[in-house]
Amino acid sequence: MSVTLEESRDHEDVRRNWLLSSPALILLLLAAVGPLSIMLVYSFLTPGDYGNVVWKFSTEGWTKILVERDIFEGTLQFADAHLTIFWRSVKLSVVTTILTLAVGFPTAWFIATRDPRSRALWLFLITIPFWTNLLIRTFAINQVIRNEGLLNTLLLKIGVISAPLQITYTDTAVLIGMVYVYLPLMVLPLFGALDRFDMRLLEASYDLYASRWTTLRRVIFPIVKPGVIAGSILVFIPCLGAYVTPRILGGGKLMMIGNFIDLQFGQGRNWPLGAALSILLLIIVTVALLFYVRTMNGEKKHG
Amino acid sequence: MAQSAVEARHIAKHFGLGEAAVRALDDVSVTIAQGEFFTLLGPSGCGKTTLLRMIAGFETPTSGQILLEGQDITALPPNKRPVNTVFQSYALFPHLTVAQNIAFGLEMLGKPRAEVSATTERMLALVKLEQMAGRKVSQLSGGQQQRIALARALAPKPKVLLLDEPLSALDLKLRQAMQIELKRLQLETGITFIFVTHDQEEALTMSDRIAVMSAGKIQQIGGAREIYTRPANRFVASFIGETNFLPATADKGRVTLKAGAVVEATGAEGLSGPVTVAVRPEQVRIVGAGEVGALPVTIRNLVYFGTDTHCHMEMTDGSEVVARLQSPANGDAGLERGAQVGLRFNPGSAQVLGD
Repeated sequence: MSVTLEESRDHEDVRRNWLLSSPALILLLLAAVGPLSIMLVYSFLTPGDYGNVVWKFSTEGWTKILVERDIFEGTLQFADAHLTIFWRSVKLSVVTTILTLAVGFPTAWFIATRDPRSRALWLFLITIPFWTNLLIRTFAINQVIRNEGLLNTLLLKIGVISAPLQITYTDTAVLIGMVYVYLPLMVLPLFGALDRFDMRLLEASYDLYASRWTTLRRVIFPIVKPGVIAGSILVFIPCLGAYVTPRILGGGKLMMIGNFIDLQFGQGRNWPLGAALSILLLIIVTVALLFYVRTMNGEKKHG
Repeated sequence: MAQSAVEARHIAKHFGLGEAAVRALDDVSVTIAQGEFFTLLGPSGCGKTTLLRMIAGFETPTSGQILLEGQDITALPPNKRPVNTVFQSYALFPHLTVAQNIAFGLEMLGKPRAEVSATTERMLALVKLEQMAGRKVSQLSGGQQQRIALARALAPKPKVLLLDEPLSALDLKLRQAMQIELKRLQLETGITFIFVTHDQEEALTMSDRIAVMSAGKIQQIGGAREIYTRPANRFVASFIGETNFLPATADKGRVTLKAGAVVEATGAEGLSGPVTVAVRPEQVRIVGAGEVGALPVTIRNLVYFGTDTHCHMEMTDGSEVVARLQSPANGDAGLERGAQVGLRFNPGSAQVLGD
């Protein structure tokens, strides 16, 4: 008797939960799956002369990622420029993730070890950059690092350098901008993990003959790893699709995938290629994430 | 003479600066022998944990020295000291298995793999948890975690094992079982144990010697019997066990209770003026009201505790005295509230105390 009552209650709970989450599910379906399906369909169509697409099946959107038709001779050749852009995007994103981790970990540690009252203030300070538009912040960075900017003026004044450093329109500039923009996204999940970390384990580790470095490697890091993974994902994904930062600080010449995709939908007038690139980006992100999470968890089994 | 395991020389620890500084430890000196089960006993805030953490290396003394087997280790960090700690919270590593927890210290010391696994197995057997080797520590009960914490601290074979109130989180039955277990481990391993507790029963049952601490100072050091039967001052007498404190006057060694009777009390030699006489409740006997030399008292209350009955009595001067009487087979001590009886102290049990 009681089992059937329990079962019917469970059924009711399940139905209610579905009902409650349906608005979010419908929104996600329309906003995420919808546009993605459109992109997938567009990537297999033919580009129109003035943008848009012609409803004729073609795989050229995909093949063009790797192969380019020479305009003058009409021969096919390997599109190494495209690969360079992809490689630069992945490289810059990985380096940004590593740098934000290197800078963010001590920051998060600092905040997590403050007393609870001042902790709120420090977290608040971390979120201040979010108050301003990304575009404005990126222009501000540009003001700091450009040839006549704050940094160069200062270094010239002290006499460290004799000629201004060319930072803008280099990969370094893009890196500086992205580390600055995405640092809070690394600090916050790291803080969440470190906040739950039992500091008494540090004493246990020192007591058992571990040095500070070994304690970091063998005790702190394995325990806060979920925070490291979450932070890395939050930084890596938007980095890979970054548009504003490379556009302004890279000067449009040093493109990342985001800029390249934008180019296809704009001046390039090749919507199928843009759509194919977008889908490819999605696949790269997914594969990278799976690989990352698996290696991180794999380490745990051996360690 | 055997070398001392740990020696603390004139240790002081001040938290804060200048006049406002809190003196957690105030000129503490103590010598702990090799293979001894030594207990630091005192109420919270007496400095016992601070002293233990100093031996472990987590605190630096404001002044004074810590010696380990005759060598000054005051400046060494915790990971360079051959001592290990069993923490009050156990502080087991949650990401490691039971066996990995125990192996941690050995691995940090760079012991060869074969030795690490052999010692780990030996330690698991020592605390009787062999079948738990592969478990995560979160899957263990409090008592089991306690034993793993012990095994982890014992595995590197420390010169001294420090135990910071390790039993306080366990329930009564488990705590009593662990007391016996701890003593067995100490005898089996021969390692010097320094045990911190606020629980007098724990201290009395396990220790070879006890240091009673209060307000940053050591009040008395001695064996369990010595501390219980011959407390050095009023604090020790009241902190350990229960004691009747009776106001009295001394005149060249002759002690007269305020209630009017002359009593034989040790420690009164050559004293004159107002003093306090201390008598343990179990040393008080109840006799007939008219018996010669007995103090006349009135029974005010009787409290039955099972093994014994506490009899609260009032003396003629109004001061209270408690007798602890072994309960007879039928549980009835044969006494009544309001009855007039006499009382005597067992010979040698009354003691004059300084404050």
